[in-house]
Amino acid sequence: MRIVVPIKQVPDLVEELELLPEGTDLDRDLLTFKLNEYDDHAVEEALCLKEAAGAEVVVVGLDEPEIDQSLYTALAKGADRAVKLTGDLEGWIDTHRRVAALASWLASEPFDLVLVGVQAVDDLDGQVPALLGARLGVPHVSVVTRVEPSGDGAALVHQEYSGGLAAELEVRLPAVVGVQAARQAPRYASITRVRQAMQEGSIEEVAATGADEAAGLRVRRLFAPEASGHAEMLEGNVGEVAERILELLRTRGLLKA
Amino acid sequence: MANDVLVVVEEQDGTVTDATRELLGAGRALSGELGGEVLALRLGPGSLAEQLAGADRVLHVEHPALEPYNPEAWEVTVAEVAKERGARVVLMATTTVGMDLGPAVAARLGAPVVCYVVGAAVDGGQLVATAKIYGGKLLAEVEVPGEAAVLVAIGGSFAPASGGSVPEVEPVPAPAALDGLRTAVRQRIEPDRSDVDITAADLLVAVGRGIGDRDNLELVQELADALGAPLASSRPLVDQGWMPKSRQVGKSGLKVKPKAYLMFGISGAPEHIEGMRDAELIVACNTDPNAPIFEVAHFGTTADLFDLVPALVERVG
Repeated sequence: MRIVVPIKQVPDLVEELELLPEGTDLDRDLLTFKLNEYDDHAVEEALCLKEAAGAEVVVVGLDEPEIDQSLYTALAKGADRAVKLTGDLEGWIDTHRRVAALASWLASEPFDLVLVGVQAVDDLDGQVPALLGARLGVPHVSVVTRVEPSGDGAALVHQEYSGGLAAELEVRLPAVVGVQAARQAPRYASITRVRQAMQEGSIEEVAATGADEAAGLRVRRLFAPEASGHAEMLEGNVGEVAERILELLRTRGLLKA
Repeated sequence: MANDVLVVVEEQDGTVTDATRELLGAGRALSGELGGEVLALRLGPGSLAEQLAGADRVLHVEHPALEPYNPEAWEVTVAEVAKERGARVVLMATTTVGMDLGPAVAARLGAPVVCYVVGAAVDGGQLVATAKIYGGKLLAEVEVPGEAAVLVAIGGSFAPASGGSVPEVEPVPAPAALDGLRTAVRQRIEPDRSDVDITAADLLVAVGRGIGDRDNLELVQELADALGAPLASSRPLVDQGWMPKSRQVGKSGLKVKPKAYLMFGISGAPEHIEGMRDAELIVACNTDPNAPIFEVAHFGTTADLFDLVPALVERVG
């Protein structure tokens, strides 16, 4: 089985998000980027599948900030190949451009499964799994928490719904799966292992094609939500804040004493 | 070209979801500006028309592949109906269904899609949507050109349709492609009901990513125990395997409405807010003063949870 895992970098939301003067994109020079957490789960699920049933795992990323680090980390964790799609990829890359680049690369890379993070914090114009599946003309399932081969060119996937409901679906391969969470927490690659992967220097670079297809949306502006309401902030030292919180519970009869 | 708004109906145990009613409300407002009808698209047995007030008509498609939910079957059907009717706008909710179908139906229609939508209007003939981005820290106002568009809305963003009579039902034949699907539902899996029912608690203590490490959960558990409240959590902790699924609050977990919801280290991603915003009292502790949760919470503090939680435990005793 051949599993492709597209990964992407997203801004670290712990930091302040500053806008460019025209107000339609983030000032990316000031941001720290990190691997999309759901893609980390997709890598993990792919590696679990490889260990359980045998598979070749190929990670692929667009040339965006700090992608090398994420690709080398995936290699250090056990991925077999890492591919970087290069080209004019400045600024926000919407899902349609991303998917176009991935789809045209996948056209010459046979695969059984694409495992990819179910969503990312900037997929305004749609999540990658459904768009990629539709574009490739293969079945796709999102919000998945487990994938297993079921023999005979199919896979069993565990899909989640609201209210704690779930279902087991069988999907013919090739297919695209949007991973919500891997069967186990993503493994950790030590700095030594990542350095080793870097020294072995094995990221393949391929020129991205098709990446000029856009979402067909025009962003007028990005803006901070106007607080329709804002919490009353509890002031004082920690002891005073704790007292206030307990008082709030007490007046509602929620504290036993 | 029709100017109709097509609403994809979702139900659970025969009851139309709140999110669907909100889409009907959004559809009514949009159709007022576009001049078309609001069509509720129901896939599966039973039209549910009596619950779909706000729609002008219910388009009802029945086929064994549509129930239980099969993503491929739904995608094929929604896309075909939308295309055949020349729907101007297709509305879905940000659920598993919306994640599976939104971008894919748009691709089949050759139409743009906007996800995480919280507002939609027609401005000078142009469809304009407002959507949450970057975990709700920012909003994006986007123009959506073209003759069709798919909007995937976040629950709680639109007022539900109110009043109106029971819409008439128009049976629609199932697409022929439903007989050659590559996706099959093997079994439905019911939620684990052996754990405590967090939806029944008056008081909930909830913890999120800010807890940092699995070992630190003990601290918050101690507070929950002292208060006699179950410990709930946000999605990332469940994904890490630190908390059981039965404790997850949010869109893909459980909706809770306790008398008080005490939260630590949760920034307030849209996914989580959808599951707890109706709590009577919300107190949020998060060190980031700009965390979106403070727009939803009634009371907030930027105290460090590792200082505040022990202080609370000490006082509760």
